[in-house]
Formats: sequence, structure tokens, C-alpha cells
Amino acid sequence: MANEKITEEEVESISSFARISLDDDEIEDLVPQLNEILDYFDKIDEADTEGVEPLFGVHGKKNVFRDDDVGESMSQETALQNAEKTEDGYFKSPRVRD
Amino acid sequence: MTEVDTTIGLEVHIQLNTETKLFCSCSTNYRESPPNTHTCPTCLGLPGTLPKLNKKVVKYGVMAGYALNCEIANEMHFHRKNYFYPDLAKGFQITQYDKPIAKNGEIKLKNDKKIRIRRIQIEEDPGRLVHPISSRYTYTDYNRSGMPLLEIVTEPDLSTPQEARELLNKIREILEYLQIFDGSLEGSLRCDANISIEGGGRAEVKNISSYKGAEKALQYELTRQKNLLRRNKEVKRETRHFNEEQEITRSSRSKEEEHNYRYFPEPDIPNIHITKKLKQQAKQDLPELPDEKRERFIKQYKITTDQAKSLTQTIKWANYYEETAKHTKPETAATWIADVLKGELNYRDKTIHQNKITPKQMAEIVNKLNNDKITEKGATKIIRTMLDNGGTPQEIIKQKNLETIEKDQVQQAIKQAIEENPEAVKDYHNGKQEAINYLVGQVMKITKGKAKPDETNKLITKTLEENA
Amino acid sequence: MIEAWKTTQRIKNGEDTSVEVVERVFENIKKHEKNVNAYITLEKEKALNQARKIDKAIKNGEDPGPLAGVPIGIKDSISTAGMKTTCGSKTLQNYIPPYDAYTVQQIKEAGGIVIGKTNCDEFCMGSTTETSYFGETRNPLNPDLVPGGSSGGSAAAVSYGGASIALGSDTGGSVRCPAAFCSVVGLKPTYGSVSRHGLVAYGSSLDQIGPITQDVKDAALTYDVISGNDPQDPTSNTTKQNHLQNLEPDPDVTLGIPKQLQEGVDPEIKQKTNEKIDKLRDLGAETKRIDIPSLEYALPAYCIISMSEASSNLARYDGVRYGHRSKSNEDWNTEFSKTRAESFGDEVKRRIILGTYALSAGYYDRYYNKALKIRNLLTKEFKQTFKEVDALISPTMPYKPFEIGEKINDPLSLYMGDALNVPVNMVGNPSITIPTNKNEPIGIQIIGDHHQEQKILNIAKAMEETK
Repeated sequence: MANEKITEEEVESISSFARISLDDDEIEDLVPQLNEILDYFDKIDEADTEGVEPLFGVHGKKNVFRDDDVGESMSQETALQNAEKTEDGYFKSPRVRD
Repeated sequence: MTEVDTTIGLEVHIQLNTETKLFCSCSTNYRESPPNTHTCPTCLGLPGTLPKLNKKVVKYGVMAGYALNCEIANEMHFHRKNYFYPDLAKGFQITQYDKPIAKNGEIKLKNDKKIRIRRIQIEEDPGRLVHPISSRYTYTDYNRSGMPLLEIVTEPDLSTPQEARELLNKIREILEYLQIFDGSLEGSLRCDANISIEGGGRAEVKNISSYKGAEKALQYELTRQKNLLRRNKEVKRETRHFNEEQEITRSSRSKEEEHNYRYFPEPDIPNIHITKKLKQQAKQDLPELPDEKRERFIKQYKITTDQAKSLTQTIKWANYYEETAKHTKPETAATWIADVLKGELNYRDKTIHQNKITPKQMAEIVNKLNNDKITEKGATKIIRTMLDNGGTPQEIIKQKNLETIEKDQVQQAIKQAIEENPEAVKDYHNGKQEAINYLVGQVMKITKGKAKPDETNKLITKTLEENA
Repeated sequence: MIEAWKTTQRIKNGEDTSVEVVERVFENIKKHEKNVNAYITLEKEKALNQARKIDKAIKNGEDPGPLAGVPIGIKDSISTAGMKTTCGSKTLQNYIPPYDAYTVQQIKEAGGIVIGKTNCDEFCMGSTTETSYFGETRNPLNPDLVPGGSSGGSAAAVSYGGASIALGSDTGGSVRCPAAFCSVVGLKPTYGSVSRHGLVAYGSSLDQIGPITQDVKDAALTYDVISGNDPQDPTSNTTKQNHLQNLEPDPDVTLGIPKQLQEGVDPEIKQKTNEKIDKLRDLGAETKRIDIPSLEYALPAYCIISMSEASSNLARYDGVRYGHRSKSNEDWNTEFSKTRAESFGDEVKRRIILGTYALSAGYYDRYYNKALKIRNLLTKEFKQTFKEVDALISPTMPYKPFEIGEKINDPLSLYMGDALNVPVNMVGNPSITIPTNKNEPIGIQIIGDHHQEQKILNIAKAMEETK
């Protein structure tokens, strides 16, 4: 594709950041879709945002705190109840290589 | 090896000693607990949970900022740092990025060298991983997940591993003074270090979890880099992991993504304006810091500079001393705490936490000494016995018969010694001064060491002169 | 199907019992579910037990609350203690939350009966309810057509009588789109007025839970129950109010018609909505064509923000603490990647990848930050607009429900379908959609200023009464 915004290599590297393994076919299918969508995103380039601050919350709140008072924790059983692999009170995660 | 310019910067992570975690009300007192018993939907990262910011952490952060001579932000915000690791419950860490709580501070080392603090930020601790050698799995305990951390980032102003260790100790000392940190808790301080030498790339050493470890890791790294340069090999810019047991650093395959955390403002936590009121409250709760305390001790208690330095090294010792000094003569108390008690604990490889002598008991010992009820030897014996076996000063004095005897008993013993040793008396009158020493020895023997040697010496001389 | 406010009155008066109401709803479910697939989970026994308690309480002269005895469907993106909460995804197919969402707590405290969990697009990503791992929901008005989404199950259930009311969640139209397509009422409240505690996050700064109901009065009733201050949500910004009591038809208002929200709208929909507006004008409403220039950029900016936030919010699904886990048994990087590849459907993957890209070093300013600036512009323009008008009015969807499968392979065209809905999520304003006519799959939405739910409910009430 001419002028593509995102290449197969990039999709591969992004999917690796996102920890989603994609096979070659999936990547091949994704690239034109993503490029079409990214082309559409380019519309925002037209907006004049000179001097405009980014706004990341529309709730109008500030300084929301919690007091440092201890509440109840869950039992170990409840904590582990949804995990597929547990042992001796631990979650078993895949082996982390050193 | 020739000296080369070395540049070291630290990122120090310290756990704040709040009652609850940073974003949920789980207790922070997890160390003796079974795994995954200090979690809730929030710190376990269950779907639908939101972070609820602990107000005390903000206050502690401001206090730390002041104590480390930083500018405190008027407005701060949290960001998400996105990366994957099995100990990270949400797949991102809530931390600070472009609006940290404090920045531009400094800490002075012993030699008056200033180490600049670039920034202090609040962030959450991940869980803890256990890697049994025998297992195909890594075991995850989220009790630590969401513990409040302060990350203190220095400028690369340090020049030696020793300075790095000193700085860490200094940070510990100051934060313990603020009573927002307990350095004696396992894993409560961890750090990453950047180190480079002239002509080489910078290595980032991760996974340092003790004061000693910091010095060792940096020493290893320094030697490694120097050796490479000496052999005209390139020192690569890379991330290395410190192995605490083997005391070496190892290259960890550096990934592109380590520099691609995709930070963005945390939408679930509203902005925080650090108001004047909040700053004032933090300032009011700011205790006297080590340097100020040292000066005050010297003035108020008339103790030596060395003693004051020793006694203000940690807030616990300083408080211990002041409590003791309330009940006895401060100068003597300083000597006996700074020189004897600390020495005896040190000899036993113990810290103030294992000190079985209360300040009141310590004052009692010093008072008895000042009133000649016990000898210095006796006092030392009491301290040693208490540290080893416990008990009270009174019990030990009784058990070990340490009470000094009354003057007339000494006189009685002198009389006996003179009568039993006419030769020595003769020698004395013939001008042999050493004869006195012999007689003193005899008196000590008769009193079983309870007489004070100096006093006995004076009394014998007086008696012999009177009878001459 | 009888409206919730009437149902609870009848139960309280002794004209009906909650058990009978629940039984009748389950009869409807039995009849329609095989065609519609509105529910992922149904809990009949639990519901009946609850209903018995309510009936008993009423017999004892107690008042179990404003939703006493009413059967309610909860979108499966909202956590229910002890009841599976899948969010339409394979990854959460066996996930049972240990806690109730704030809104679910409130419903239970108000005497409402949670009967089950409704189908939705996977992680609420979609506007057709076709991306659900549990199969698509079909439009009860015509099962060949999509019900809209992502709260398609909730809208469909309320539409066919599978629940008196249902909760949905709306990140970029997910309450209003299916409400319009299924010809029911949907309210997207002011951001922060309904706690998100327990709502599986999609776009955190945009998500809001809202009621899907048979009429405006039920929307007011349900909104009163689920809104209010919740310390578990730091963005919670309101207190409990009584919109139901203050509900009265109010046609005496100035309505703004933003020209950007008329663009690309199907002529039939334009006509039907204009008819509705004309009826309100007959009652005294004034209308004004207005221009909100930044609306032009709202959709792409919304896509960037929602996908970016989603890429982060969905990072937690690694299969360790909960959720699907690959059997691959490899090192963690490989296993995480396989787990997530197996867990997520195509649309979720697409949005995670786009969001990851938009936040990446070198692209952040161009995409995410720029989108946030547009958000600021849009917010300012909305504020300005509400100095001149009481509410804005527009069609809810630019087109009518289409056939199942028709657009699923054309993601961009589906995103475009949200164009009229997403602006209010960007600025946090409330919006209510009501059907133009009974059983007509066309909605008209009334947008209010922040916390002006009463005003838009009252306008909607007036419009609802016009026939």
C-alpha cells in the first residue's frame, strides 16, 4: 500500500508491546484496516489547537482523598477463587526468566 | 588502575509507613502474613476497580520534599506507566510523570558535598514474585501490591560507590526522622543506579535491595567498566540486574519497550492541588531534622560533638537518649549510651530494636554510678547482663553483689591491710611509692573489688600519713 | 410489559406479587431468548428467592424501596457479586466477582431483583452486540437485524419484556444506540453522576452507566436509584436527588439543533425526528440551528481517546489472577501473548493495537494529546452553547438497524455510526434517547448541560407524551 501509516513490522512490534501474539495472516489482514482507520484519524490534524491545553477529565473534581483507615481485606480463598493456577496460597504465573 | 571520572545517579524507592496502601484500605502490615491475605479487588486489579488515593501519602510526600530541600508542586497528577510483568496486577503502574509531588532538592554528604535531587514521586509497589528453583512456575503474592512508594531520583552527582551508600543511609536517616519510613523492614528500601565512567556508556543497575548491596553492585560495575575500557572494549549502554547472592551484575536483554511505557494521565484520579493548607500541615508535622538535633544536643545537654553525632544518627537513638537524660545527668548518660551501650549492642550485632534496657533503667544505672552506688565496672556488667539475659538493674546488682561498700567498711579494710602488711607500710615510709599500690590491691582483695581504687588510694595515703 | 414504576406500585398495593412478576418475565424470556439471545447469564432461582423476600417484607408492612420487586437485567460489563460477569469476552467467561458494583448495590438496596446479566459487545467495543463471545444478540423488533450496541442485550431484554428495566454502560453511545434500535428509552448520565465502581473499564474518562427503560418515568426512577456520591469512585461528583418526584413535561424550552449532528443522517430518520421536534414546537418549544465547529473532530478524537485508554485498561487480562489462560506453558512473555491472543476477539485486538500505537513514543502528541486538546475545545464550545439553549436535540443514530453481519467486517463504517453519540461522552454531558414512535427503531436524543438530567428528562417526558 502506498503511503501506509503503519507497516507489518510496526504492527508486529506494537502487538508485542500489547502482548497479543498475531500470526502472519492476522497481521496481513490488520494492516490495511488499521491504515484506513489511521487515515481517518488524520482528520484531527485539521483542528486548530494552538494554545489549547489537553483535557483528560470532564468530572470537574480535584483533591479527592481517602483517609488512612484500615478496612477489611479479602480472604486468601476469595483472592484466589478466579485463578486457574494456584498453589500454597500463591497465584502461579508463567515462569519469569532471569 | 588509574582514576577515572565516575558518574553515579540513584533512583531510590522507599515504602512509606502508612496504615493502608496507596489506593485501597488494605493494611500495609503484611510482612508476617501468608501470601495473598492482604488484598482486595483494587490491589488485585480486578475488573471495575478504581484507585482511591490515601491522603496521608500525599502529606508524607510533601514532608519528604521539605526535608530533602525540594520545591513542592502546587499541582500534581498521576500517570499510568504501561508494561507487563506478572507482579503487576493491572498491567500498568500508577506513578507520576511530568507533575511529580516535589523536585529540585538536595542532600549534603558528610564532606559537605551536595547531591542534587531531581524529583520525588509517588507510585505504587507491585506484588512480590517467588521463583522456586524446582518449579516451572513463578509464584505471585500480591500482599505488597499497591504499597505506597516514594521514588527519589538524584542527579548523577555521586562519584563513588561509598558515596552512594552514604547517600542511601542519609536518606534513610532523614525519612526515619520524619517517621514516614521504617528502614528496618525487609525490602522497605530498594534502588536502581545509573553508573558510567568517562568514555563509556551508561549502565542502569536494577534490583538493588539494600544499602550494602548498593555499594557492592556499584563497586562490581565500576570494576567491570574500568576493565572493559582498559582492554579498549566498548562499555555498552544497557540495563543490568544485580544478583545479591553472587554480588555481580548481569546484562538483562534490553528491550525497545523499556523506553516505551506509553505514559498517559491517569483518568481515574482527579488532579491534586497541593494547597497552602496542606503544605502548612505537612510543615507543622515536620520534626527536627538530624543536623538541627545535633546542634541542639550539644547546646542543651553540653555533650561532645562526637557524642551528639552518634546519638542523633537515628531518631530512635535520639529519642532514647533524650528520654534517659530526663531522669539523670545528661553528660554521663551521653557517655554511657553513645560509648558503652551502643558499643555493646554493636558487639552483639544487635540494633536498638533488640535493646532490652529501657531509658528509665538506663537512667537508673547512670544515677547509681553518679552516686557511687556502683562502680564503672559494675555498670558495664549490669548493661552486659541485661542485654544478654534481661532482668532489672536492681536484680542484677543484688545477684552479682555489685553495690559499692560504705566508707567505714573501706576504712576497716584499710586498717586490716595495714596491720597485715607491716613490710609494705615500712617501705612506704621509706619513700617507696609503689607500696601504696600493693596496699590498694590488698584492700580490693578484702572488699572483693567493691572499693573504688582512686578513693582507696587516697584513704590509705591519708591513714599512713596520719600514723607516721 | 408494564413499566417499572407501575409494577412496583402494584406490588406494594398487593395487586401483584414480585414472585408473579418475575415468573412472567421468565416466561417472556423462555419465549424470546432463543431468537434474541439478550442474556449471557440468568439466575431464576436467585431472583425468585429475592422476590419472595420482597413480597414478605411488603406483607409485613415494610417498604423495600423504590424498585421493590422489579425484575432488572444488568449489562455484563457491570460486576455482580457471586454472579458471573463476562463483559462478553472469552477471557472472563468463568469470572465471578467477589463484589457488587455500586449501581448493583443501589438496585438491591432499592428492592430491585437482579435476574441476570445481559449480552454486550466484547468489552463494550462495538455498536451491534455482534462481537460478544457468547453470540450476537438479535433485535426483538426483527431478529434479522442488529439490536445496536454495545448494551444490545439490555435494550433487547427491555424491548421484548425480558426485564422491566436494565442497566447499560455508555462509552460512546452504548446505551443510546441500542435503545434507539430497540425502540426503548436510554439515558447516558453526566460523567461522574453514576459511580463507575464495578464497571469493567473500557475508556475510563468516557464510561458511564445508564438505565435502559420502557419510558421516561422509569429512566428517572432508575437514575435516582443508581446515581449519587460514591467514595469508591474518585470521579463521583453528585449527590442523591429526586428526579422522579420533579418529573413533569416541559415543552417550554429552547432547543439547539447542531448542524453537525444532522450530517449524514438517513432521510427517513431526519423526517421522523423532525416530526417529533415539530410536535414539541407546537407545545411551545423554540428551536435554533446552531454551530459547534469542533464536533467535526469529535469522532476521530473519541476513537483515539477510547482506544488508548482501552489498551491500558485491558492490560490486566493476563490470565494469572482471573480470566482465560493459555495452555501454552511457556515463559511468561510468550504465555501472556498467547493468553491474550486466545482471549480477545478481532475488534478488541484491533482497538488495543490502535490504542497502543496512539500512546507510543513519538505518536503520543500527534494522536492522544491532540485528541485531548480537541476535547477541551469541544467542552468549551458546549459550555458556550448551553448559555443560549436549554438542551440540544438530534437523531440518536444516523441510520436504522441493519442486518446481522452486514457491517461487521467494515470497522471504520461502524465507528462512523457513533458520530452523533460520542460527542457527549467527550464532554461528559447527559443525554437521553427516546423512540420517535412506539416500536419504531429510531431514537431522538436530548442533550443537557452537566447535571441537567432533570431538564432533559422533563423535555423527554413532554416529547414522549406527544403522539
